[in-house]
Amino acid sequence: MRRRTLGTALLAAAALTTTTLTSCSSGEGSGDSGGEAQTLTYWASNQGTSLDNDKEILTPELEKFTQQTGIEVELEVIPWDSLLNRILSATTSGEAPDVLNIGNTWSASLQATGAFLPFEDEQYEAIGGKDKFLQSSLSSTGAEGEPPTSVPLYGLAYGLFYNKQMFADAGVQPPTTWAQLVDAAKRLTDPATGTYGMTVAGASYTENAHFAFMFGKQNGAEFFDDSGEPTFTEEGNVAGLKQYLDLMASDQVVSPSAAEHPTTNDMIGDFTSGKAAMFMGQNNSAATIESNGMTGEQYGVIPIPILDPLPSGGQRVNSHVAGINMSVFADSDNTEGALQLVEFMTNKEEQVVLNQKFGSLPVTEEASSDPAFQTENLKIFNSVLADTAAALPMIPNESQFETTVGQAMQDLFGRIATGQSVGEAEITEALEGAQEQMASGA
Amino acid sequence: MATTTSTPGVVAGRRPPRRPRSVLAPRWLPYALLAPALLFELLVHIVPMVTGIYISTLKLNQFFVRRWLEAPSAGIDNFSVALNFDGAIGSSLLRSFGVTFAFTVATLAFSWALGMFAAVLLQRDFRGRALLRTLFLIPYALPVYAGVITWKFMLGRDNGMVNALLGDLGITDGDTFWLLGGNAFASTVVVAVWRLWPFAFLTLMAGLQSIPNDVYEAAAVDGAGLWQQFRSFTLPMLRPVNQVLLLVLFLWSFNDFNVPYILFGQSVPASADLISIHVYQSSFITWNFGVGSAMSVLLLLVLLVITAVYLPLTNRRLRDA
Amino acid sequence: MRDPLSFRVLRVVGLSLLSLFVLAPIYVMVSSSLKPLGDVQGEFTWIPSTLTVQPFVDIWSTIPLARYFANSLVISLLATLCSVVLAISAAYAISRYRFRGRSAFRVTVLSTQMFPGILFLLPLYLIFVNLGQLTGFALQGSRVALVITYLTFSLPFAIWMLVGYFDSIPRELDEAAHVDGAGPVGALVRVILPSAAPGIAAVSIYSFMTAWGETLFASVMTNSTSRTLAIGLREYSTQTNVYWNEVMAASLVVSVPVVAGFLLLQRYLVQGLTAGAVK
Repeated sequence: MRRRTLGTALLAAAALTTTTLTSCSSGEGSGDSGGEAQTLTYWASNQGTSLDNDKEILTPELEKFTQQTGIEVELEVIPWDSLLNRILSATTSGEAPDVLNIGNTWSASLQATGAFLPFEDEQYEAIGGKDKFLQSSLSSTGAEGEPPTSVPLYGLAYGLFYNKQMFADAGVQPPTTWAQLVDAAKRLTDPATGTYGMTVAGASYTENAHFAFMFGKQNGAEFFDDSGEPTFTEEGNVAGLKQYLDLMASDQVVSPSAAEHPTTNDMIGDFTSGKAAMFMGQNNSAATIESNGMTGEQYGVIPIPILDPLPSGGQRVNSHVAGINMSVFADSDNTEGALQLVEFMTNKEEQVVLNQKFGSLPVTEEASSDPAFQTENLKIFNSVLADTAAALPMIPNESQFETTVGQAMQDLFGRIATGQSVGEAEITEALEGAQEQMASGA
Repeated sequence: MATTTSTPGVVAGRRPPRRPRSVLAPRWLPYALLAPALLFELLVHIVPMVTGIYISTLKLNQFFVRRWLEAPSAGIDNFSVALNFDGAIGSSLLRSFGVTFAFTVATLAFSWALGMFAAVLLQRDFRGRALLRTLFLIPYALPVYAGVITWKFMLGRDNGMVNALLGDLGITDGDTFWLLGGNAFASTVVVAVWRLWPFAFLTLMAGLQSIPNDVYEAAAVDGAGLWQQFRSFTLPMLRPVNQVLLLVLFLWSFNDFNVPYILFGQSVPASADLISIHVYQSSFITWNFGVGSAMSVLLLLVLLVITAVYLPLTNRRLRDA
Repeated sequence: MRDPLSFRVLRVVGLSLLSLFVLAPIYVMVSSSLKPLGDVQGEFTWIPSTLTVQPFVDIWSTIPLARYFANSLVISLLATLCSVVLAISAAYAISRYRFRGRSAFRVTVLSTQMFPGILFLLPLYLIFVNLGQLTGFALQGSRVALVITYLTFSLPFAIWMLVGYFDSIPRELDEAAHVDGAGPVGALVRVILPSAAPGIAAVSIYSFMTAWGETLFASVMTNSTSRTLAIGLREYSTQTNVYWNEVMAASLVVSVPVVAGFLLLQRYLVQGLTAGAVK
């Protein structure tokens, strides 16, 4: 009680001064938007080859929506490195969009802020029923036992992209085990000419965290135990991180430059310019590859090779159930319109159009069966999602796992690139640090 | 207001001022003149500072930040986390303070030395002096982000000018990472010095101008060399300027946020992890405002101690100024 | 009196090296802004393969630069205006009156200058959010919030410098104005302001530069409508490519007004510094 009084008193002191605020700043328009009920603000994540590309793809679709419903949509595309922060900031300030995209792995974390509209039967009804979605996509929409606060929008999974010509020139076959992958990468690497077998986005915390998860699983470890407590420093997690980091460290099949790649687009740039023969990316990478001028025949896709034999307790996991979800802010003054937009984006027609353009997978049964998604490459991603993908833990701390572990790995990549040795001891220490950071904020 | 001044005798008679005023005015007038400035200072600085101390005792994370007034109390937990130097958070905070001190000393020393050097060289007139004087001020006049982002481009590994230059000159093989690992410290210092030294130059030049020329002439007649002149006349006469200048340079480098933030963005290498950016990241990356605020309070204490040591030396000047 | 040879040699060498240090980034900025994109993606080239002004055209469409420019301009001008008015008023009180709390005020205001912005950022953010909820005016993320914040940043320095200026104006002038029937405000407007005009100019350019270049608060307290240049310029590098030629062109464009203003008015800034610190 006393604490609240103090807080209120501080606020009151601040409020006193507001009287003068306007006098000095009057005549100045506020940055507020979304006052009219017939306009929705929508934050989209960066799915296309650039923010502009996203706008180009989404704008005509949203115009269709406006025609159908009379509701205008104000679109903003937000890059991945600031999306989570922008969302959290919006939950605080209340100055939020009506509808937004979230990384599906953050579902439970964002659910816990209480800022998002829960999807109960009534809301599902409004968007065409829960049953229209694929079961696997629904697995990453929120914590178990609570009404989810997001619905699936685009489906994604990881795969290994390789340059067919470079493989043929070096006489290398697409690898089927991790050891073969490393071996192939070594044969494709020639630092003298600036070509490497593999490339990564070493400065992207989200990418790093995804690989930490899947390689940790292969090595028989989890980042959280059943009660949701962090277990970052388990042996298997250290081994998992090492498996990934060693591509640059001991295997030296990744250019040190990759430690400075903040986005997957940088990595794909290496690939399409012939500086790297392989990369591990999500299915929507295809759109960027092709917009960079590489054709569908020039590259191949296979599931990311798994350790063989698996270490004890190891699981055959080479992707997480990746994807983009859609959420509605609980504070929205046009919940009905917001749900209409969600319905629109997840109807069959839009699912087909959008997923095709973004190179992602539909999240509804109806759209999945569309012939557009029966290509060889997409079938591979579909099979990864069905057989060897695992959902990241749906717990409130998940987003912090991504930020702390992902950033720690980014730092480790930086150390490797500058010639410092990074072995088990350094990795363990980094994971300890990440775990402590996370625990302090939990 | 004008009417009250028409009865100066009454005001003066009721309560004679200790010192004569040039314009007599009601007693509330100075307060009224100060009030607006004071209100804004209260809103933006004082109230938030007190609020910050309060927040440092809360368990304020992403789940509570929406309703931060309802966040549960954390007692001194945030402080014990930040001060546990065996743990990852405490030890990185300690390291960040260390990096900040090293950065501050290096930036201060180089900025001052370069500023002094240039001011002395430009003290007497020669052709091109005015041009150089203007030129040297440009880095300080540029918006911080414009200057620093240019350095970021220059320090890039694969397409940067620094590596191209060093490679062409044969000094290195031209593929050094300037923004990763240990080199990041040197890069940050160089960029900060580039930005700050013109301010030292500007101030010292102003100071030098106030030294009468005949002092030097007398010294030259006495046969004092240039170095001797500098040591026995110039430096002592610049003492008051230096006191203020060094304090300002110290505070600016110690509190620097822009240079590392623009150079490194989200991920600052440990060697360039200045305290401001450390607190920023501790707060916003994990949305842990409680621990972030506790770190802020510690930073506040450190700065108070430093100024408490330094201020008595310059106090007279600040009061008289 | 001629300078000794050794000094002149030192001067030529020293000043040349310093000029190179100062100019290198300026050269990179200017030359890269005239390069086609291909030139800035591979290894650094000293001379553009072809000169093009295309980057200066493209910067306006790659990101909403004009909007950020307008935001920065409005915010910086308003902050400067408010800051200077408040500083004149406060400096006048301090310079011309002796009153209880005078030194307490000066110490308090000056000491806020010592602390880094990060100390105020989080709480101020939360306060703005709550004030917004209380008053129904979305303060957080608005330009008003930045104006309020920025004006206080330059206030301590502005007050400090103007007090120095005002003190150097003889009180007899005030009294003369008083005899002519002017009140305190009349004396301020008629006597003090004209005499302190150079100081006010210097304080204005300082306030403007402070607001124009601020990054920390802008990074947290702006949204897409109120975003300023300091944050906006980063958007050239979040897309598929880093458009370094455009980044450099935009940096150049946003720098020219402030650099020109500063170089024009720096003389007064020096005078102000000497009035405040050296005298």
